[in-house]
Amino acid sequence: MADPVTTTPVLQLKNIRKSYGSGETESEILHGIDLRLERGEFAALIGPSGSGKSTLLNLIGLLDRPSGGQLFIDGQETGQLDDTGLTRLRGQRIGFVFQHHHLIPAFTALENVAMPLLVARGRPDADMFAQAGRLLDQVGLAERKQNLANQLSGGQQQRVAIARALAMSPSLVLADEPTGNLDTHSADDVFALLREVNTRLNTTFLIVTHDQRLAARCDRIIEMVDGNIVADRRHQAATN
Amino acid sequence: MKSWMPFEWIAAIRFLREGRMQSLLIIVGVGVGVAVIVFMSALLSGLQANLVKRTLSSQAHIVLLPPEEIARPQSSAAGVALRLQKQAQRLRSIDQWQQIQARLEALPEIAAISPIASGPAFVVRGDANKAITLLGIDPVRYSGVIALPERMVAGQLRVGAGEAVIGIELAKDLGADIGDKIRVTTAGDATETFTVTGLFDLGNKGVNARNVYVSLRSAQSLLDLVGGVSSIDISLHDIDEAERLASKIAAETGLTADSWIKTNAQFVTALTSQRVSSNVIRFFIGLSVAFGIASVLVVSVIQRAREIGILRAMGASQGQMLRIFLLQGGIVGFFGSLLGSGLAWTFLMLWRLMARNPDGTPMFIIGVDPWLVAIAAGGASLVGILSALLPARRAARLDPVVAIRG
Ligand SMILES: Nc1ncnc2c1ncn2[C@@H]1O[C@H](COP(=O)(O)OP(=O)(O)OP(=O)(O)O)[C@@H](O)[C@H]1O
Ligand SMILES: [Mg+2]
Repeated sequence: MADPVTTTPVLQLKNIRKSYGSGETESEILHGIDLRLERGEFAALIGPSGSGKSTLLNLIGLLDRPSGGQLFIDGQETGQLDDTGLTRLRGQRIGFVFQHHHLIPAFTALENVAMPLLVARGRPDADMFAQAGRLLDQVGLAERKQNLANQLSGGQQQRVAIARALAMSPSLVLADEPTGNLDTHSADDVFALLREVNTRLNTTFLIVTHDQRLAARCDRIIEMVDGNIVADRRHQAATN
Repeated sequence: MKSWMPFEWIAAIRFLREGRMQSLLIIVGVGVGVAVIVFMSALLSGLQANLVKRTLSSQAHIVLLPPEEIARPQSSAAGVALRLQKQAQRLRSIDQWQQIQARLEALPEIAAISPIASGPAFVVRGDANKAITLLGIDPVRYSGVIALPERMVAGQLRVGAGEAVIGIELAKDLGADIGDKIRVTTAGDATETFTVTGLFDLGNKGVNARNVYVSLRSAQSLLDLVGGVSSIDISLHDIDEAERLASKIAAETGLTADSWIKTNAQFVTALTSQRVSSNVIRFFIGLSVAFGIASVLVVSVIQRAREIGILRAMGASQGQMLRIFLLQGGIVGFFGSLLGSGLAWTFLMLWRLMARNPDGTPMFIIGVDPWLVAIAAGGASLVGILSALLPARRAARLDPVVAIRG
């Protein structure tokens, strides 16, 4: 792993807070989170339900704004950006994989994977479909390119979602319970795929999971309780 | 995926295609609205054009008369009063009508000018005796103002010396036919006998019973107007200009100029209020179409909240989301208007088949103006985009976090 002092971290959080509501009903969900992810890290975020994992992931993914603190993506401070700036940074640097697959049913697998490129470039071109095709080959769905999203099994949909998350070659992939809806076998496959991308492309991953077994296969385990990080362990990942 | 199409168009079309039933229903809804508007507009303009044409078939667009003389009460001389009284009985002629005619001929708005010597008279044939309007005309000039040659049902439009053309109604009243003789007598006891050379039907019973056309010269001598004319009939290229031009001519010549719009004021008012009420109806149809499109799109935004959230997470901007939904409104409006124009065309064809006079001829001609279709298409697309404004803004402002969690 690269020397953490000299390289820019992919992600840096300084005293991040998040509250919902205002006045009487205001309640703080995140109480000052500090976190740093280096390039190529493969980290699990664990914790009991309601501890704030999804809230934190949404902040990191620039889908939401923190109530306090600073958030850096690839060294860039994000607090001053307007919606357009956040949207652009999100599109270029961050890939999402959600629990509920979240493909767009009106489009084929190939089109879904090409979608981030289409959104960024404004018009379709041959190059983006070639790239989407390669990504689908890599996630083992070479045969399913022209299937509509809802003609795929859950595990297949999640593979498409992973391919899509990689389309823009992001620095950071955020996955919120990517295997939560899958059976053990498919979950293992999907997890292995994430790990493989991480090794091959050196992409940074932050994966929320309730599955202790899968968390143990990550390089780092960050544990949250009630809106605080209570443990952060690096370890030699259990071999598959 | 068409490579020239921008992302927003692709997404808008896919969303519409995916929500097939919804899209189809709203397009049909827009189509029915557009069809009613197009059909109503075509029908109304056809009807009005037809009514105006009928009204003007026996009327000049502008009639010039001698200036109205105002009786002056302060004038004390008894002789003046006497003269006025005498003049009221006599027909007045237009001073220097040849010069006025020459000046009018220079005006580009004027299509034809016809000087006329006309006045009341009686026609006698055997026992029959009828009050008529005697009109002395130059048939060539007069035909430029009133399409009399087309309206001849028997004989021909020929008014040489001792020849007269009468209406079918009068012919019936007198029991006269082509070649028969009629005797015309005026108030001044002047009398002349004419041979009937033609019968006309101007589509107006009163005119057919009253008008008797003779040569200008015969009328002038019978009506004691030697060398003069009592009115000048004018036809225009653009009938809507009649009022403006009448004022202009009146100001320039000092004559009284009556436009058909003024002469038929009630009729014109009726036409105008008919147009206004149809505009009101059109407006409300447009409004209900707009609400229909808006309500379907509002539902669609709610249904697609999750997809909107994913697209936003993948870097789609608020502007892109806005445009995707505006386009859906515009596309629905556009296709609805095409369907509507097709429907309207079908209705009009059916109307043509069904709305017929008792003799089987079409009641009146109406056509679909291609411009009307173009305006309907443009208008409906615009209405579609405008009605999509609210739902589209909603889509753009949707919080992706909420959308994704849902
Ligand atoms: N929009 C919101 N308004 C108010 N409270 C919220 C909102 N979103 C989340 N919360 C609260 O924030 C807390 C953390 O929620 P969060 O979804 O981050 O938990 P989590 O760790 O992801 O839980 P899980 O493992 O069940 O997914 C919860 O108590 C939740 O009720
Ligand atoms: Mg969660």
